Amino acid sequence: MRRLLLAAPFTLLATPAHASTGEAVNPWVALAYLVSGVFFILALRGLSSPATSRTGNRFGMIGMLIAVVTTLVTHVPTSDLSDYEVISVFGLGEILIAIALGAIIGITIARRIAMTAMPELVAAFHSLVGLAAVLVGWAAYLNPGAFGLLVGDSIGTVSKVEMGLGIAIGAITFSGSVIAFAKLSGRMSGSPILLPARHVINLGTLAAIIVLTALFAMAGSSETMPLIVALTVLAFLIGFLLIIPIGGADMPVVVSMLNSYSGWAAAAMGFTLGNTAMIITGALVGSSGAILSYIMCRAMNRSFLSVIAGGFGADAGAGGGEAKEQRPYKQGSAADAAFMLEQAEKVIIIPGYGMAVAQAQHALREMADILEEKGVEVKYAIHPVAGRMPGHMNVLLAEAQVPYENVFELEDINSEFAQADVAFIIGANDVVNPAAKTDKSSPIYGMPVFDVDKAKQVFFIKRSMGGVGYAGVDNDVFYMDQTMMLLADAKKMVEEIVKALD
Amino acid sequence: MDFISILSIFVLACFVGYYVVWSVTPALHTPLMAVTNAISSVIIVGALIAAAAADVPGAKWLGLLGIVLASVNIFGGFAVTARMLAMYKKKERK
Repeated sequence: MRRLLLAAPFTLLATPAHASTGEAVNPWVALAYLVSGVFFILALRGLSSPATSRTGNRFGMIGMLIAVVTTLVTHVPTSDLSDYEVISVFGLGEILIAIALGAIIGITIARRIAMTAMPELVAAFHSLVGLAAVLVGWAAYLNPGAFGLLVGDSIGTVSKVEMGLGIAIGAITFSGSVIAFAKLSGRMSGSPILLPARHVINLGTLAAIIVLTALFAMAGSSETMPLIVALTVLAFLIGFLLIIPIGGADMPVVVSMLNSYSGWAAAAMGFTLGNTAMIITGALVGSSGAILSYIMCRAMNRSFLSVIAGGFGADAGAGGGEAKEQRPYKQGSAADAAFMLEQAEKVIIIPGYGMAVAQAQHALREMADILEEKGVEVKYAIHPVAGRMPGHMNVLLAEAQVPYENVFELEDINSEFAQADVAFIIGANDVVNPAAKTDKSSPIYGMPVFDVDKAKQVFFIKRSMGGVGYAGVDNDVFYMDQTMMLLADAKKMVEEIVKALD
Repeated sequence: MDFISILSIFVLACFVGYYVVWSVTPALHTPLMAVTNAISSVIIVGALIAAAAADVPGAKWLGLLGIVLASVNIFGGFAVTARMLAMYKKKERK
């Protein structure tokens, strides 16, 4: 009864569409999905500047609301569809409970998560999209009638290809993201796990998935079950195998890549359902992730294939690193640093993953505030691969209320180091390593880096001299005449500098 | 819709995506990932269809589970994006 009441207002709108076929007969329904897709485009468009981004996010929510309401209106069985009424166990009520459950979990996580944990949160969210795609693909396989996929009494061949691809991409996204999440959150070691003959295994598995998809598409309806089961299992396996050999430093690329996959999974499902909103979204998200992966690879001067092949950081540095003698370096104290920062006219701060780990962003902003009050110009320089995901450092600085006008990208600020009195490196390492410019044998050769060696004075906050960056290479900046090493936890050191400045 | 119309929409949308994403400022790349995460959960449409149809219980349960997962993502994704974007402030000092 309750279900009937809830459904009643929708009855009028629902009648022209057939709930029994996934395809919307009503042109208004198709239009609604198109509008929803357009809102998603506007959501991304809004991100072109922080000023318009909040409106953009709202557009995204509106688009989602339109898509969900349209689907509910056209597909929830109402009283006039008698063939469903009798056997209907679930209706709008159960669906709303499922949505509410997801909403509570989602909003709770979104409120509580620390900004430093954003990379693993995004990875976890990717895995959910992937798993949802697998579930939808399977649901469509089990109940093709509801999705309008029946040609005669079996599923159409094209639909089966789309379904197979959707399930495969979804499963890869899921298991890949689970591994990425485990590595990013420290539940699993960030170092690459290299299986013998992994390339052969991976390529073989991928080929098997493609063959299975083809077999699945061509098989008669009675023989499809074992094929789709095998397809799903292999896809879960390959997602796992693809990510375990990739090291922690390459996670920004992996997270972007999985972002892209989750889009392609949505697009494949959109093809299956003939749904415009899903196809547009899938294409948007797919290209978004692909572009981000490209930007990350370019910022490391590595090819996408070499990142995906994995193993980076596992054996690098093992060659010459050990033999190197202890080189002399200067160590300073917080008081030394405070004194010189006060005297400076221009300070450029380079944050890296170490700042995130130490949660030093708030202390850093406090330090910058004091310096600005004393008339020092403070700018922040951010490398595209700083942190564990694209834009990670920007979010942390924004969290510490650093105005975004003071934060600059690599290519915009690199020429300014020559005029800077102090380059203040906090938790970054490889992105300031001059070996990337000079040493052809270095694993990071060719990577664009900050020209900190041009600054008059360099402060390098680092926990100890022992650790090296992710690339596992020594950094000449440590030993330069104008470099002063500040060996301590980033947050403690900055707090001490703040005290010394007062 | 026939396959070619769907493919046309898809190909054109890829181009739109290409240009729109390149225009996103690098400072907002993390919110970009969070919001793309949220919108890719439009896959909930498929889960809703499965859950709304009553004839195959297995498909229905998969659909309902899909709704829960996608909703976590939708609400979580938009909420966390909003939280991040709220932090991007202009200089408010003199």
